[in-house]
Amino acid sequence: MRKHEIRFGMGNEAIAEGAIAAGARFYAGYPITPSSEIADISSVRLPQVGGIFVQMEDEIGSMSAIIGASAAGVKSYTATSGPGISLMQENIGVAVITEIPCVIINVQRSGPSTGLATKPGQQDVMQARWGAHGDHAIIALSPSSVQECYDLTIRAFNLAEKYRTPVCILSDEIVGHMREQFELHGAKEIIGRKQPDPSMPVEAFRPYDFERYEDHIAPLPPFGGRYVYRHTASGHDENGYVTNDKQNANKFIRHYTEKIEKHRDDIVTVEAHCMEDAEYAIISFGCSVRSAMAAMRMARARGKKVGVLKLITLWPFADKEVRAVLDRVKGAIVAEMNLGQVFSEVSRHNDRRIPLVSVGKVDAEIIYPEEILDALEEAARA
Amino acid sequence: MRWDEYLKKERLPSFWCAGCGYGQVMRSLAMALEKTRAALENTVIVSGIGCWGHVDSWMKPNAFHGIHGRALAFATGIKLASPALNVIVVMGDGDGVTIGGNHFIHACRRNVGLTAVVCNNLNYGMTGGQYSGTTPEDSITSTSRYGHIEQSFDICRLAEAAGAHFIARSISENVVATADCIAEGMKRENFAVIEVMSPCTTHYGRNNNMRKPIEMYRRIKSLAVPVGTAAKLSSEQMEGKFVTGILLDRPGEDYFTRYQNNIKVKAQTAAKEEGT
Ligand SMILES: Cc1ncc(C[n+]2csc(CCOP(=O)(O)OP(=O)(O)O)c2C)c(N)n1
Repeated sequence: MRKHEIRFGMGNEAIAEGAIAAGARFYAGYPITPSSEIADISSVRLPQVGGIFVQMEDEIGSMSAIIGASAAGVKSYTATSGPGISLMQENIGVAVITEIPCVIINVQRSGPSTGLATKPGQQDVMQARWGAHGDHAIIALSPSSVQECYDLTIRAFNLAEKYRTPVCILSDEIVGHMREQFELHGAKEIIGRKQPDPSMPVEAFRPYDFERYEDHIAPLPPFGGRYVYRHTASGHDENGYVTNDKQNANKFIRHYTEKIEKHRDDIVTVEAHCMEDAEYAIISFGCSVRSAMAAMRMARARGKKVGVLKLITLWPFADKEVRAVLDRVKGAIVAEMNLGQVFSEVSRHNDRRIPLVSVGKVDAEIIYPEEILDALEEAARA
Repeated sequence: MRWDEYLKKERLPSFWCAGCGYGQVMRSLAMALEKTRAALENTVIVSGIGCWGHVDSWMKPNAFHGIHGRALAFATGIKLASPALNVIVVMGDGDGVTIGGNHFIHACRRNVGLTAVVCNNLNYGMTGGQYSGTTPEDSITSTSRYGHIEQSFDICRLAEAAGAHFIARSISENVVATADCIAEGMKRENFAVIEVMSPCTTHYGRNNNMRKPIEMYRRIKSLAVPVGTAAKLSSEQMEGKFVTGILLDRPGEDYFTRYQNNIKVKAQTAAKEEGT
């Protein structure tokens, strides 16, 4: 174990190390810029710790393989960028409906299709939320530093296990390729998979019987143990048998959303910087947080009371936290490298109709702090 | 366990049409489990989507019923994460070599120790008899009412070209021969492909002048040539026919063994030298 090592490295490296620290021992993926270093490093590091790395024929196969490996009891992950996520979407639905934990890393690039393959963007916020057919909820975490790449990857695995769900890490080219010092502290807390109570007769085990448990999360033993059971990606009952029964469908499809939303207080995390006396807030996430922080410091140097609300979880959305900020400030800026995907979420909470300005940038360059300062002035004028 | 003890009798009958060959193949699969003394806990049936892909719901071992075309990729993850499991992958011709064709060729090449049982009924049964990658030219299907103009795949030759180590073919009505092929495949550490020609009498048969199920059974039987006989026939005599039996069984090292003996050893030596 590499405990308490200090290293100078890039975000993608920290993600790979975070995964290993969290206990992940299976990676399947297909290379794509700007995520490829996660594959490269995992291919070296996983076999050192007894894990398996396999490069699949495409992202569909990669996502299938990590779901399969997780069903066999091994914590699993894959990394890609927007185009790969598009190919994984059907299978993200599989992980949702079979409630098999896994971690999917999206190091975002710019633009639709192949887009600007080597350039940064944050245009997959909504793809992360809705990128799978059928109603469901998802957890997405967004790192803005190399240390956070490490820490949030560990957290992603913990949340995946705790809630039996796929968890998305929404990183970006800037954070992925940026180099900073980070601490490999080993995981402070590792959440393992809930197992059936040993007193339960083997025949009584039902893989999807969530209602039996207070937290609405059923235990999930690995294939190959004492429990013989089925996973089914079709609409199923508690036993994993396909059924079209109305009540059953209603119960399970609601469950996939409710099990996340019910625990939103445990999942949602934000970080407030200088918000105590702030008259204006900059709301941001991922790489754009760095621009927001710089803009805040520049504004404060000019005597303006500006704070930053950094969204660490993008999904479930920090509704309460954002509303609390908008209730207090005179105006707010949403800074993101897309055309307003988070802005539209924030707008829903603007009950007081304070000036809300979007800094939505899609020219593949990081947001300059001056652009945020201009927006702050615009908000103050409005 | 006896073969019938591998079936979930309380959930039978299946939803397969009268005349369908899949019930025969299910029996062969159960017999192969008996022959290999497969333990339920230690066996996972990974199924695709389609009529044949439903077989796992009438069988007792663990099952992973995923999505259309990806069964081999799910199975790759299961087997590599838990190499002691018997992983049997059941797919139709649509599932296995049409939508899932890319996973199929790479599974042959990668050689993860799975046993793939591909039931070839020459069309998409479940969605109503449309053409698949194995539908013969000129066939009438729900989406080739004027006659099919594409060439078809030969699954076994495809598997061979893609580097599979164990390849066998059978016909559904030869229940014992099919069971033997599956059991032999399961005994191999290598990736094994067993193609089973099985009639879709409801769609393919009726669309192609085989009004009664028995006519399609007769047709399949008339085209099947055992491997020993086929060796003595000329290519003209074999025209339109297919070979049955174990077609290829070559030694090789499966992916996991190679990974253990090469990558893991080198990686762990490198880690030690780095002093980590
Ligand atoms: C992504 C996707 N596309 C299409 C379908 C619809 N679909 C279900 S089964 C099937 C074809 C089944 O044919 P085959 O695999 O040959 O199996 P059979 O039913 O003949 O046994 C199709 C196209 C689907 N379920 N998912």
